[in-house]
Amino acid sequence: MKASAPVLSVSQLAAGHSERPLLSDISFSVQPGHMVTLIGPNGAGKTTLLRTIAGQLAPLAGTVQILGRDIRTMSEAEQARVRAALFTRLPHTELLTCYDVVSSGRYPYTGRLGTLGARDKEIVRETMEATDVWRLRARDFAHMSDGQRQRALIARALCQEPALLLLDEPTSYLDIRSQIAMLELLRRLARERGLAVLASLHDIALALRASDWIVSVRDGSIMRQGAPCEVFTSDAMAALYNIDGTSFSPAFGTIELARTPGAPAALVLAGGNNAADTFRSLQRAGVPFAVVAPHATDIDTALAQSLAQTVIALDSYEHVDDACARAEALLKQCGTLICLDQATMLGARAADRLTAKARAVGMPCLSSARELLI
Amino acid sequence: MGRFTRAAGCYLVLLTALAALFAASLAVGSTSIGIADVASLLVAGPSESTASQIIWQIRLPRALLATILGGALSLSGFLLQTFFANPIADPFVLGISSGARCTVALVMIVLLGANQIMTPWMSVGAAMAGSLATMALVLMIARRVKHQSTLIIAGVMVGYICSAITNFLIAFADDQSIANLQSWTQGSFSGSAWPDVALSATLVAMVSVLVFALSKPLGAYQLGEGYASSVGVDVRRLRLAIVAASSLLAACVTAFAGPVSFVGIAAPHLAKRGVGSSRPLVVTPACLLTGAVFCCGCDLIARTLFSPVELSVSAVTAVFGAPIVIMLLLKRRVRS
Repeated sequence: MKASAPVLSVSQLAAGHSERPLLSDISFSVQPGHMVTLIGPNGAGKTTLLRTIAGQLAPLAGTVQILGRDIRTMSEAEQARVRAALFTRLPHTELLTCYDVVSSGRYPYTGRLGTLGARDKEIVRETMEATDVWRLRARDFAHMSDGQRQRALIARALCQEPALLLLDEPTSYLDIRSQIAMLELLRRLARERGLAVLASLHDIALALRASDWIVSVRDGSIMRQGAPCEVFTSDAMAALYNIDGTSFSPAFGTIELARTPGAPAALVLAGGNNAADTFRSLQRAGVPFAVVAPHATDIDTALAQSLAQTVIALDSYEHVDDACARAEALLKQCGTLICLDQATMLGARAADRLTAKARAVGMPCLSSARELLI
Repeated sequence: MGRFTRAAGCYLVLLTALAALFAASLAVGSTSIGIADVASLLVAGPSESTASQIIWQIRLPRALLATILGGALSLSGFLLQTFFANPIADPFVLGISSGARCTVALVMIVLLGANQIMTPWMSVGAAMAGSLATMALVLMIARRVKHQSTLIIAGVMVGYICSAITNFLIAFADDQSIANLQSWTQGSFSGSAWPDVALSATLVAMVSVLVFALSKPLGAYQLGEGYASSVGVDVRRLRLAIVAASSLLAACVTAFAGPVSFVGIAAPHLAKRGVGSSRPLVVTPACLLTGAVFCCGCDLIARTLFSPVELSVSAVTAVFGAPIVIMLLLKRRVRS
């Protein structure tokens, strides 16, 4: 995408509900067609930031510019024509159809009594079709599912014909399928209409996948911002959410439950298909373990980095024998061998040596975590 | 669109019902007057004959007042329901009517003690002061309570306190005052006079036009305060307008008819069901009409059911209105 003027630019912003700023020194911008996502722990100030940009809270310092204009110099009606906001609470309605709710988004354009003109109706229909709620137009809004209501509210926001769409936790209340559909819709709107989207998301796995730019907020200031690959690193996630440095796996974009502390009680020789299940079974049962994996770069190793006490990747040593020697030393401490795989060359060699060693000292040699946990 | 036909149909039904009840209110009573006679008496204008006196001085102002104040009560209920996002809010339940009655009773006893007559303006002024004061109290409570039903309980309690004060005042007033207060504190349209009708008609018409003109921001407000402000509604001003309008309507009703129960909940609910929508643009006229029909009908029953004994209109509106409130409560429980 070619460089263009940002739709939203926030600079040196301080914001809060009272005189004392909850947020300070916030600067970032959103380009047309981009989706920028705010992440961070609860209470970090994401909603306060969105409310300030939405004009519901006055900035305590700094500026919020939309399409190059400071929002303080714009009337409320002008702001409503360039910016639409959608906050978490779904409205409780009585006897209002989906069409009524969506068409209320034409508010900044309709006349004194708010009746819809021909062009208004055209736009309502077009946005409802784009968000796949046209077929629900006659349904009572109160009787629609959360996913459908959330889509209708996005349609309502689009009726304002905004350049900037603000969303606070747009995927909360939604089941997984609707969450994916919601983010696909937002991506499509950004792509096809050049809409600039600023959203807050709790689900970092979704944020990683859907966003062009990530702004991580903690304790009232921006901790880090950048492309997803720059922000979603183990270190940055650990600092942001106060979690263990290896819980976040950049390969998966998800967070694992914390590893069990203590000296490893089992050595797992990984590889094959069920390593992930074995790791997680041990982790859930509270058994600390070490892992010997054939390849430093495979998916089991990536997971083991988050869950195991020690990981030995056989191909990261000059000679497999060196690796095996280390693994044998580790095996002594562990007391149990779980040998999952013998298929690959590297694994087979290590498996032979480790099982021989285990047998020699009368150590149990199992083929799955289940045998250990019974 | 089908829904506009539906709204128009609903208005037509309500207007017909209102016309029929209005005619019945003029014709039926301790002295029956035929519809044809009523019509000719109305056309002829006020005269000295007994029948003409009954129509022009008693029944016509009373029927008009019931119609106007019924509409006012209903609209006031609709505004309060929108304001608190609570379908069982109305001036009676929230204690606003009782607050208004308390100040009117106070002014009335003080003035009567000084052998002065209370003008309609004075009653409305006193009632307005009382309803605004009670409204302020309820709003203070509302800011602290999270749960909607707690608000209602708080409102009912405020109402009890105001009624208790009114009862104190009556206990210490002299006999003449009590005779004046007794029927009015129960809620009744009896003793309606033309100046009352003129003043209440003016005020209610003005407020109704204001509310109708606010249809658009009210509709946005129904979808949430945050949303309303995000599309450019000045929420503070709108809230102020709602409070002022609903208090004035409630004050009007209390000043001339005393506290009338449940119309403010039942009538807007029926109006919304009738037009099949809660959009203020279509609901506001429907509310006025439904409230008018409801009160006109209830007053007719209050007057004629055990004639010559007259019931308080509040007793009749409660019989029809309270079940609707209970139904709404049950429905809410199921949903949440």
